[in-house]
Amino acid sequence: MAQAGRPNPLFRNLTAKIATLPMIVTALVVFVGCSVWTVVYSFTASRALPVSKFVGLDQYERLFSNARWEQSVTNLLFYGVFALVFSFVIGFVLAALMDQKIRFEDTFRTIYLYPFALSFIVTGVVWQWILDPGLGLQATLRGLGWETFSLNLIGSKDTVIYALLIAGLWQGTGFVMVLMLAGLRGIDEDIWKAARVDGIPKWKTYVFIVIPMMRGVMITSLVIVASGIVRLYDLVVALTDGGPGFASEVPAKYVFDHMFARANIGQGLAASTMMLLSVLIIVIPWAYLEFGRKKGR
Amino acid sequence: MMPTSVPIDAYSPHGRKPKRIMEPRRIMLYAVLLVAVLYYILPLWVMVMTSLKGMPEIRLGNIFAPPVEITFEPWVKAWSEACTGLKCEGLRAGFWNSVQITVPSVIVSMAVASVSGYALSFWKFRGSEVFFTILIFGSFIPYQVMLYPLVVICRELGIYGTLPAVILIHTIFGMPILTLLFRNYFASLPEELFKAARVDGAGFWGIFLKVLVPMSVPIFVVATILQITGIWNDFLFGVVFAGTQNWPMTVQLNNIVNSTQGVKEYNLNMAATMLTGLVPLTVYFLSGKLFVRGIAAGAVKG
Amino acid sequence: MKSSISVRDLTLNFGAVSVLKNLNLEVAEGEFIVLLGPSGCGKSTLLNCLAGLLDLSDGQIWIKGQNVTWAEPNERGIGMVFQSYALYPQMTVRGNLSFGLKNARMPQAEIDRRVARAAEILQIGPLLDRKPGALSGGQRQRVAIGRALVRDVDVFLFDEPLSNLDAKLRSELRVEIKRLHARLGNTMVYVTHDQIEALTLADRIAVMRGGIIQQLDAPQTIYNKPANLFVAGFIGSPSMNFLHGAVVDGGRGFSVAGTVIALEGYDGGRPVEMAKAILGVRPEHIDIVHEPESGRTIPATVELDEPMGADSLVWLTTGGAQLSVRVPVERRLAPGTAVHLRLDVGKASLFDAVTEQRV
Repeated sequence: MAQAGRPNPLFRNLTAKIATLPMIVTALVVFVGCSVWTVVYSFTASRALPVSKFVGLDQYERLFSNARWEQSVTNLLFYGVFALVFSFVIGFVLAALMDQKIRFEDTFRTIYLYPFALSFIVTGVVWQWILDPGLGLQATLRGLGWETFSLNLIGSKDTVIYALLIAGLWQGTGFVMVLMLAGLRGIDEDIWKAARVDGIPKWKTYVFIVIPMMRGVMITSLVIVASGIVRLYDLVVALTDGGPGFASEVPAKYVFDHMFARANIGQGLAASTMMLLSVLIIVIPWAYLEFGRKKGR
Repeated sequence: MMPTSVPIDAYSPHGRKPKRIMEPRRIMLYAVLLVAVLYYILPLWVMVMTSLKGMPEIRLGNIFAPPVEITFEPWVKAWSEACTGLKCEGLRAGFWNSVQITVPSVIVSMAVASVSGYALSFWKFRGSEVFFTILIFGSFIPYQVMLYPLVVICRELGIYGTLPAVILIHTIFGMPILTLLFRNYFASLPEELFKAARVDGAGFWGIFLKVLVPMSVPIFVVATILQITGIWNDFLFGVVFAGTQNWPMTVQLNNIVNSTQGVKEYNLNMAATMLTGLVPLTVYFLSGKLFVRGIAAGAVKG
Repeated sequence: MKSSISVRDLTLNFGAVSVLKNLNLEVAEGEFIVLLGPSGCGKSTLLNCLAGLLDLSDGQIWIKGQNVTWAEPNERGIGMVFQSYALYPQMTVRGNLSFGLKNARMPQAEIDRRVARAAEILQIGPLLDRKPGALSGGQRQRVAIGRALVRDVDVFLFDEPLSNLDAKLRSELRVEIKRLHARLGNTMVYVTHDQIEALTLADRIAVMRGGIIQQLDAPQTIYNKPANLFVAGFIGSPSMNFLHGAVVDGGRGFSVAGTVIALEGYDGGRPVEMAKAILGVRPEHIDIVHEPESGRTIPATVELDEPMGADSLVWLTTGGAQLSVRVPVERRLAPGTAVHLRLDVGKASLFDAVTEQRV
């Protein structure tokens, strides 16, 4: 039972190391390996199958001269800015209202949050029906006597993005609200008492004291909402399928279509590399902030 | 690594106690909340009402009106007759496909992630935190970036276009969030319990199965809720990895609504939508606050 | 006596931080050793090393003549009791007691016999089929002790076992642990930051600080002859009074605030002249008198008094330093009164102000 020598540290707790192998393999092979593979093969002329014929920046030149890609990026930026702003504003306002010792809080929360349990496909299909110009909301309100009411978001190239926004916000703001509410509830009750003793108006307490204290929740929500925006795909497929024309295309759909429908893998990989790049631009400063803060302690 | 934590159990409202007499400010407050309720609840109302109407009634053009004559025919049709591409066998097949995908995916992904989370909180070794950090950052990479290489890997393994492939993919992409969830939960358990079990001679698996799992039922429930809704609602992985014969319900719903030619049967579409949303909605309404805990805990990633 | 535990040159580093430094400790068979010190001194770390719950960086641990440095915790012949009880919440008391024995694949009859014996010793028989959640704090800690007991081992390790209990229960269980030790005669290593526990329970106390054992001695020795300034200040409540001054007259006098006190009868080494020295006197070793006595008293002014029930604590100032003196509670002294303090040099400790060691 008693060993004299020091055991090899590699084999100490070997079971634990073996048990974490799936995690290690996922981290290294999938998250690192596959990403690197994608970046490398984005410089090839791969079409129906990946080939290692390197063509430099050809795919990227083609990508940036492609009107559909340009439209995808513009759409995503537009959608992203508005989705971020609205989900934060609506989410926070609802959370702040919910935090006023209201009755039926659970009922309100259940209603605001249930769309989050539904898939983007369901969300897209429902809103497609509601926004249907022929028989949906427009027809209903006209039928009720509001003859001039016009709401043909899906049919027009200029407005289709708003349809995506309405549906996307419907699905996701409840979630932001829940996060914000949890953040509000995490704030020390004494802060509110102190602010009231000091005679600070409620809105000022929110803006100057509470929101800065919710930095953690805000950043978490930001990262989650932002990475959700970049992934935007299912909703587009179900609601508009990129149309009319390619007025509601998004990068994720561009990637998917080139890889699986158009047999143009190299182009898809180049586009997905650009997606990776854009995520890194969001995540790296955030990680830097977090790690910087940790080290400063 | 855990920058932020949302105190999900802190449910004490701030602000003053409600007054008996409604003052104007509180009326305003409830008015705003109710307007928001309309935005969130009307689509569900429209969905249910439309699915219970016949097509002639729908052509009258009032999506909000309740059906004059209630008919369940769209539901029956959506379930067993609607055309999902070439076949016209309804959503039934998709439902069973989704079940076949969801059940093993939930079990496998939770088994793998709970063991990883356990090892990460109690059996740290050199480098374990590094792998975990990579895993968490990896969860921010858009799926599209890793999609094609994974297709290649699945092809090499000979499972591309089968159930095992889509189960594997769900296990992989469920891993960051679940591992984090379990790791944080296990880390919140007293370390002395682990020490006591070691003095009692329990090993890696003994401590996990006999001591920790029995006292971690809540987190397993939360993870199950998170995974059932997440995997049931998936579209992308189903369409890419499962193969046509295994397409989940979401894919089939999209085909029913968006790939059919000719006149759109809105009542059938809405019935199909309801059917697809029924499983996650049931989970949501039954689990109540646990769902909130799950997504809040799951959301605190990074 | 035979050695039960032998710690040889134990070093433990967490990264660049050295938690235990080249530590040596011999514990005799049947001895009750208390590891005492402020938090972060390494006492719990040392205990975890003994239990095999932490891998050491260097050195060896021998228990009962076996080198167990790299043995698993369950192979070391130890039982351990934790501060938070660490009972398995989903198992009954019986399940908690027998979990370790089942892991060792012991026959059920033997398990039953041992559980019954532990239950009898600790008087937890009626609780055997309850779950830990249904027990009080004191009962839980009994069960936790029982879990060590059933292992039938020679060495018990206690990691602050009473810290989570209220004052009354704590003193009850303290007595119980002492009784248990008397009955079983096991070797016990007990970690605490509570000096009352240390003084009442220990055969020997190891006072630790910064990963180093500062003094290892019988409780009375630790109390009366602290090896250095840290031990002197850490043990005793209120803590020892420290007078900063110098040793003069060829080691025969201690000069403080313009007065010289004779060091005649000092219990320790022979003092030599020192420019900077510290005289430590416990509050109960000072008398308050009204007349000065040459070479024995120093003048002081009463600041306030704190009646504490049985006795009273008087706070005084002398030459800028603050002192406390324990007096009978009947003796009231008005603030501002000028008095003289007679120090019991025979029970005082003299420290070199530079090395901080006792002379």
